[in-house]
Amino acid sequence: MASTNDPFQFQEFEEAGNLLEANKDAVTISIEDDFKPEKQRKAAGFAPDGEDEDPLAGDDKTELLSGQKKSVPFWTFEYYQKFFDIETHHVKERIIGSMVPWPGKNFIHVYLRRNPDLYGPFWICTTLVFAIAISGNISNFLVHLGKPNYKYTPEFRKVTIAATAIFSYAWFVPLALWGFLLWRNNKVMNLVSYSFMEIVCVYGYSLSIYIPAVFLWILPYEWLRWCSIVLALCLSGTVLVMTFWPAVRDDHPKVIVAIMSAIVVLNVLLAVGCKAYFFSKPEPALQVENSAITAAIKATAST
Amino acid sequence: MAAAEDASRPFAGLSDVSISEDIPVEGDISVPVGSTRRDDEFSTLDEPVKETILRDLRAVGNKFVHVLYPKRSTALLRDWDLWGPLLLCVTLALLLQGGAADSDDQGGPQFAEVFVIVWFGSIIITLNSKLLGGTISFFQSLCVLGYCIMPLTAAMAVCRIVLVGGSGKVSFAVRLAVVTVSFGWSTFASTAFLADSQPPNRKALVVYPVFLFYFVIGWMILTFSPSQ
Repeated sequence: MASTNDPFQFQEFEEAGNLLEANKDAVTISIEDDFKPEKQRKAAGFAPDGEDEDPLAGDDKTELLSGQKKSVPFWTFEYYQKFFDIETHHVKERIIGSMVPWPGKNFIHVYLRRNPDLYGPFWICTTLVFAIAISGNISNFLVHLGKPNYKYTPEFRKVTIAATAIFSYAWFVPLALWGFLLWRNNKVMNLVSYSFMEIVCVYGYSLSIYIPAVFLWILPYEWLRWCSIVLALCLSGTVLVMTFWPAVRDDHPKVIVAIMSAIVVLNVLLAVGCKAYFFSKPEPALQVENSAITAAIKATAST
Repeated sequence: MAAAEDASRPFAGLSDVSISEDIPVEGDISVPVGSTRRDDEFSTLDEPVKETILRDLRAVGNKFVHVLYPKRSTALLRDWDLWGPLLLCVTLALLLQGGAADSDDQGGPQFAEVFVIVWFGSIIITLNSKLLGGTISFFQSLCVLGYCIMPLTAAMAVCRIVLVGGSGKVSFAVRLAVVTVSFGWSTFASTAFLADSQPPNRKALVVYPVFLFYFVIGWMILTFSPSQ
């Protein structure tokens, strides 16, 4: 209120509500944050009072704690429970995200969001083990169908071998990759670094494209098998390469090429190795040759 | 003054209180020697052995009936026992023996392999459901998963009978139908018992491993081929 008095003299103002009633168009500012002037005071270097410190300290502490998870020792059950903190739709999104590489969408940043899980990798690997064993069994059966001297055997040893191969791929390759990235991080300052669980998660989910591919391999057509292998390799290889590209792109070009080719080559080895070991090729030419040779041997032996 | 005196001597005002005879006072104020256990009430030492065994057998049989007609109930969860799963596992492993007994072939699963698959698989599924936040206890879950193998064991028995008649395409079709039905029954029964103990947005995550488990057992049953 303008007054003819000295402007520096203390004046009593009426309540804000009454003032507003007089002049409804007046612009009003309300300061909601009571801590702001106190924070500014603290920042300016004034020593805060005892009672001012406690709410601010509480604020800082709660801010720090909300960002970081409670650290539990690794021998308790709760430690592993935090890796299973996902819901059904999360798992579905992650599986689809690992099958469809979208340019610009880094699997770890978009889907994991600092919440890697162990559910997906473990059950995808288990499903893949049984899928390979069962499909291999069925395809062998179909290939040898109708041959009189074929005895159908469900080969359960192959489950163990498949399990060893797939689980060691899903655990030791991420371990090696994580160790390598850690070593490079010491030499070259990288902005992006992945934790071990995140790498395991990416590798586990990237195996999910092989499950439908393995079921396609039941049909004994070589061209179909090779087409599906190539397609699956391209998709999962692309996802892996795109995920690890930000972590190595600041590095020496030779190192980048070495890492990327190692990732791709190991993926190829796993796929082709599984196909070669568990799925036998239909070889009619060889069979005819064998029977011809045995007939010839019998003929020469009888004379 | 009087109040101060009264306050200084606690319970002073109660000296003239007496309990009338027509208020029944009950209770046992004897100090128990050692720890009391529920079994002491049954005192199974005095009853005939047949009675003891029959009680357990009746409990196991009761649970079998609950698996046969699965509906949401807590019968399997309330008094869990592992006799039924052990019995079923041994029966299944024995029935899976004697197939393709050539010594150089990996004919069928060995006894130990069936045991390992059933028990190890149940333990892993239980751990999985507990890690996902299930409220069921470890042994309750083992009990449910073990009891729900019963339809598959019955299917195995039926398959062996069918295989006695021959192992052609017709018998394969019959066996496939029987195994599929019993696999669906097992999965349905176990989810009926386990459903309530899971958080609602993770039900599919818990049911899938159970599905995989019974699928693998069903596969072992279906691919059983007898020695010729």
